[in-house]
Amino acid sequence: MTDSEGEPEPATGGGPQDAIPGAGPLVVVEHVDKHFGELHVLKDINLTVNRGEVVVVIGPSGGGKSTLCRSINRLEPIDGGTILVDGRELPKEGKELARLRADVGMVFQSFNLFAHKTILENVTLGPIKVRKQGRAESEKHALELLDRVGIADQAQKYPVQLSGGQQQRAAIARSLAMKPKVMLFDEPTSALDPEMVNEVLDVMTGLARDGMTMIVVTHEMGFARRAAQKVVFMADGQIVEENTPDEFFTNARTDRAKDFLSKILTH
Amino acid sequence: MFDFGPFFDNIDQILEGFWATVRLAAVAAVLSMLFGTILVSFRVSPVPVLRTFGTVYVNVLRNTPLTLVLLMCSLGLNDELALKFSESNSTYYWWAVLGLSGYTAAFVCEALRAGVNTVPLGQAEAARSIGLTFGQSLRMIILPQAFRAVLAPLGSVLIGMIKNTTVAAAAGYAEAATKMKDLLDLPSFTSGALPLFIGVAAGFMILTLPTGFFFGWLHKRMAVAR
Ligand SMILES: Nc1ncnc2c1ncn2[C@@H]1O[C@H](COP(=O)(O)OP(=O)(O)OP(=O)(O)O)[C@@H](O)[C@H]1O
Ligand SMILES: [Mg+2]
Repeated sequence: MTDSEGEPEPATGGGPQDAIPGAGPLVVVEHVDKHFGELHVLKDINLTVNRGEVVVVIGPSGGGKSTLCRSINRLEPIDGGTILVDGRELPKEGKELARLRADVGMVFQSFNLFAHKTILENVTLGPIKVRKQGRAESEKHALELLDRVGIADQAQKYPVQLSGGQQQRAAIARSLAMKPKVMLFDEPTSALDPEMVNEVLDVMTGLARDGMTMIVVTHEMGFARRAAQKVVFMADGQIVEENTPDEFFTNARTDRAKDFLSKILTH
Repeated sequence: MFDFGPFFDNIDQILEGFWATVRLAAVAAVLSMLFGTILVSFRVSPVPVLRTFGTVYVNVLRNTPLTLVLLMCSLGLNDELALKFSESNSTYYWWAVLGLSGYTAAFVCEALRAGVNTVPLGQAEAARSIGLTFGQSLRMIILPQAFRAVLAPLGSVLIGMIKNTTVAAAAGYAEAATKMKDLLDLPSFTSGALPLFIGVAAGFMILTLPTGFFFGWLHKRMAVAR
């Protein structure tokens, strides 16, 4: 509406779909509800993640952390509310959803690398098939990413030949290859042997430092303090507390969070 | 009794029969793999109509005797409804191919579905999360691993299919077993039935044994390490 002389644009006029990409918060979760049959797993969830922000989601098992992550890239459909990524709601299904979903990277607890493809092929598949990039360009970028996560020398191997930590770093590279706007991590280190946890957390800390917007489900307090701006405590399908990492770990406001922290801090 | 004379006297006829068997089996192998793959895509698809179609098709075909399927094709569709591939006798060949392929596809589909179940669900989710569509993730991630997981069972399905070509007589198509029966029915054929049986059985083994070995070998070679 360039000819609407001086009239202020109605802020809500065009709906969220018309929001300008590149401005405003990157992920906006509003009044989201989700059921699994009788079970109310997400109860009126509201969460805003700004550009370049790292949000750690923490909470007891079954609280709905994974479901929230999976809802954000529509691996799970939601029953109510809206989720905007860069001002746009992901479409319900179809090709358009597939394309936009690649803007939201996802790293799983169990790595989920494609077992019949080499590490390099795992990383180049999305760029070639979804982004329609050339093979040479995709491989060059993939090798840079593998170098960044410290496993460039493993490019020609198959997932089974790598350690858990290396597999998870390959999975991170696979997500990064899509140049996502935001990355979701669902307990990325909890399937790893203790000695491999840090190599993955180091990569994630590096990403955070480089300005990647991240939502990370993890109980790694060191990572939360080092890399996150915000901690979200989830229990029974609700966000019980939102706080800065330091405040949350030393001085939680809610009893529910204090109780949870006392349990994970004792061992 | 074990005089192979009559067998070799009629070797031309028998080889002709086996050539017909091979022509039927080879085309049916390709088509049943193709149909079976399409069917399994239906069965795991998110579209309910396709899933239902796949389920009904597989259960009907798998539980109908092949003879009936082939009679249905030749007498029912070709003769009764005049759905002919051509005016010549080759229409019966094509009906035999189609009937046998359609029947075998149900078994291929079920073998592949077992293979699909060996692929961890997480890989399909990872595929979706990097933006692959359902079709792409099926084609590039799920089915390649499913095929490799079930190569040995697929070999068995193909062996079964090769032996099932002997039922194609029901579709009016003469292959090796039909030739054998024709020979046995000749008034001039007085002795040597046993050697004839043995010879034809050996002929089938020449086709089926390598099929089994080949798929077994492929299975070992192509297995996806997890
Ligand atoms: N596909 C599903 N079908 C039915 N119920 C489910 C499904 N996925 C999760 N749930 C249930 O929803 C609730 C929330 O699960 P979710 O996995 O989101 O929790 P979480 O906070 O990630 O827990 P954890 O720390 O154990 O990973 C749980 O009670 C779980 O049993
Ligand atoms: Mg979880």
